[in-house]
Amino acid sequence: MLLAVLSGFLLALFAPLLHRVAGKYIGWLLSLLPASLAVYFSTFLSQVQDGPLLLEYQWLPGLGISLNFLVDGLSLTFALLISGIGTFILIYAGSYLAGHKYLARFFVIMLSFMASMLGLVLSDNLITLFVFWELTSITSYMLIGFNHEDLEARKCALQGLFVTVAGGLALMAGLIMLAIMTDSYSLSAILASSDPIHQHVFYTGAVLCLLAGAFTKSAQVPFHFWLPNAMAAPTPVSAFLHSATMVKAGIYLMARLNPALGEGELWTMMLMGFGAVTMLTGAWFAFSSTGIKKVLAYSTVMALGTLTMLIGVGTELAMTAFICFLVAHSLYKGALFMLAGALDHETGTKDITRMGGLRKSMPVTATIAVFAALSLAGLPPLFGFIAKELMLEALLDAPLWSSLLLVATVTSAILIVGVAGLVAIKPFFGAPGNTPKAPHEAPFGMLVGPAVLTIIALAFGLMPFIPENALFKAAVASVHGTPVDFHLALWHGINMPLILSGVSLVVGLLLFRAWPSIQPRLNAVNFAGSRVGPEAGYFKVMEWITVVASWQTRMLQNGVLGIYMLVLVAITFGLAGYTMFDQYGVHFTLNLADSHFYEWGIALLLVASAVFASSTHSRLGSVASMGVLGFAVALTFILFSAPDLGITQLLVETLTVILLVLVLFKLPEFVNLSTPFQRYRDLAVSVFAGVTMTLMMLAVLDIQYFESISSYYVENSAPLAYGRNIVNVILVDFRALDTLGEIFVLSLAALGVLSMLKLKAEDQHKP
Amino acid sequence: MKSNTMILHTAALLIMPLQLMFSVFLLFRGHDEPGGGFIGGLVAAGAFVLYAFAFGAEAARRILRVGPRDLLGAGLLLGLASTLPALFSGQPMLTAHWWELPLPGGDYLKLSTPLIFDIGVYFAVLGTIMTFVIGLMESEE
Repeated sequence: MLLAVLSGFLLALFAPLLHRVAGKYIGWLLSLLPASLAVYFSTFLSQVQDGPLLLEYQWLPGLGISLNFLVDGLSLTFALLISGIGTFILIYAGSYLAGHKYLARFFVIMLSFMASMLGLVLSDNLITLFVFWELTSITSYMLIGFNHEDLEARKCALQGLFVTVAGGLALMAGLIMLAIMTDSYSLSAILASSDPIHQHVFYTGAVLCLLAGAFTKSAQVPFHFWLPNAMAAPTPVSAFLHSATMVKAGIYLMARLNPALGEGELWTMMLMGFGAVTMLTGAWFAFSSTGIKKVLAYSTVMALGTLTMLIGVGTELAMTAFICFLVAHSLYKGALFMLAGALDHETGTKDITRMGGLRKSMPVTATIAVFAALSLAGLPPLFGFIAKELMLEALLDAPLWSSLLLVATVTSAILIVGVAGLVAIKPFFGAPGNTPKAPHEAPFGMLVGPAVLTIIALAFGLMPFIPENALFKAAVASVHGTPVDFHLALWHGINMPLILSGVSLVVGLLLFRAWPSIQPRLNAVNFAGSRVGPEAGYFKVMEWITVVASWQTRMLQNGVLGIYMLVLVAITFGLAGYTMFDQYGVHFTLNLADSHFYEWGIALLLVASAVFASSTHSRLGSVASMGVLGFAVALTFILFSAPDLGITQLLVETLTVILLVLVLFKLPEFVNLSTPFQRYRDLAVSVFAGVTMTLMMLAVLDIQYFESISSYYVENSAPLAYGRNIVNVILVDFRALDTLGEIFVLSLAALGVLSMLKLKAEDQHKP
Repeated sequence: MKSNTMILHTAALLIMPLQLMFSVFLLFRGHDEPGGGFIGGLVAAGAFVLYAFAFGAEAARRILRVGPRDLLGAGLLLGLASTLPALFSGQPMLTAHWWELPLPGGDYLKLSTPLIFDIGVYFAVLGTIMTFVIGLMESEE
């Protein structure tokens, strides 16, 4: 399982190499990985029937972070969707982006994204889940901004990143509160615990933070605006991110936590309220847009709202509808996005108003599109129909706000029927449109994915008992918390949901007929609304952040290095000194009897060079005496038999002198700019720091609160770590995690210096 | 910046290989005797800095063959790679793994994840200092 989750990252490392070998078949080659993962995941199908499965791998047990994986109906549904749709997306991308300059790079990011997504839905540990969550944000940022030379694409990618990462921050706070409430970082333990956490004092805070994370990721109103903008991405990205993955991450989180948090009223009402509003908003904008990708993007917003609302309703029926709609949506939306890409690719336009009569030149595309759109509109015999009937049925007996939710759902169903007409009837039937390119059929690689997904949707519609028994029973049980008995069927007889479906179909088709005449008017309304909408708010917030940041920079970072040092030193030693004085007081014993004369010599050298360095007027003199200081310290290390420290100190001193020599000649003439007051202030702070440090050292020698760990290192270095050099063993074995952190800090510092140098060079070259 | 003294040129060419060999020596003896990746990396950086002072930043880039930032990346990747064996055998992160390969003559070649980690530190240190120095030297030109 561990290998299965991480294999995407591993393959990503070799994708550029494979691209060189496989050439234009790279998509087919790489798709073998998700395909085999899908097969691997389906071996768990029979096991999850008996309840969730916990696969344990340690990672950082000392910090309570594990790589445990929780496999149950819900996570398996997601894992299968991700790997299954991922397979076709990779094939599709190989064909759609054939010959693209950065094709190899695309696959690197795409595979990493897929692996992060799998990790997210399978993680049992909250921290690990969060790590994968953030990884999906970062990789999707790179995917949305894949055409990075396009300013618009960069802007949209950044917008998506800001919104989802801001939510991610809230999510982290929420997860930590959840862990405090339940006393566990493990999802399986949290779900299994029977404590009434909705009475806990943190409950409201935790729910608000978790939902902030889930709502931003899953594009709920008022954060929905980033999703349609993310259509700046190449189509394979949209098809993957916005059908089964990225945006469903928030949905996954809500469904996952529903059994634990769902008893609270706040949770139910927020989910139903925001979900219903999002559903309506999405349906409205989908119907009033003209770009085919925008239409699909907004219909995704509508689907995400629907899913959120269904979790909020929370009844057994609603949960069944949730799982069915989740799968149905992933299947038809993945297919439709890929077909939209094919249309764009072959006709050269995304604008629906310019397409028409394409069924003659693109017959296969047209056939698949019609079937996928049937599922979108919720018509038999596709699986979308079953999902929609269940949904209406669930809302009919919802415990709260039933009629309100029903009106909203039927309204959006009407609009979605219109949308289905827009994507399946408008481009392919009627009078031929005026497309920039002469249309012809899309290549095989671009059609195989949509075809298979649509066939699956058809098969699930005709034989709903297959997915029901294989997976859905377990999935519904894990969302609901207890096993649920249900039976899926295409035909339920003539009942209320069917009548509502019929009404929405008729009205929806009428709306579609009227679309060419009313769309411009709808668009005008949207344009007027955009000035006060959430996206305008987003831009306001971004402006405000810039203003605050520049104010803060002016206040804290005025560019005078001396002040930075002063503040840092004064605060650090002030706090440390206060703590010491408070806890320990000032008393020490100093025994100088057994000191040797050469130790006095070194001490004298140290003091003399320090005094000279701070009082001289010559820069070179100051650098040289700092060098003397450093070497004297190295000498001290060697005297007290710490050769490693001594060598390191010597080398660092040497290199520091070299670096100083490099910058020394660039500095302006030495001038005394500081006033006497400033000099005495600096002196006072330095003396204070020095005295505090000395007192602290003496205090450390004097008292010992707990036993020193060094004896453990001395005793165990050779037997446990097979090394006799204790310093090195500590660095690379006992405390290797610290060292790992340090080399990362070192590298960041190097990159920071480099970018400062480059920025300066650019400034100088400006006219 | 480029020095034109013959003494420095000759000395750099003579000393640099010795210094590099010494740095590798320090790296490998580190687990038992004073030395290790950090110190070795510093010595190796010293060698390349000397070369850069004698022949200029461009020449130092050429003799490094890879960019200093790639060295950084390689160091970090090696550091992370040393965590993989423990990960895949289900142990806590950074648990050390040792392999002993028999060599002709009855000796053993001891390989271990701490060694891989130490080599990672070596490259990260070398990469950091070379990024500083080459960056500074090039900003002057």
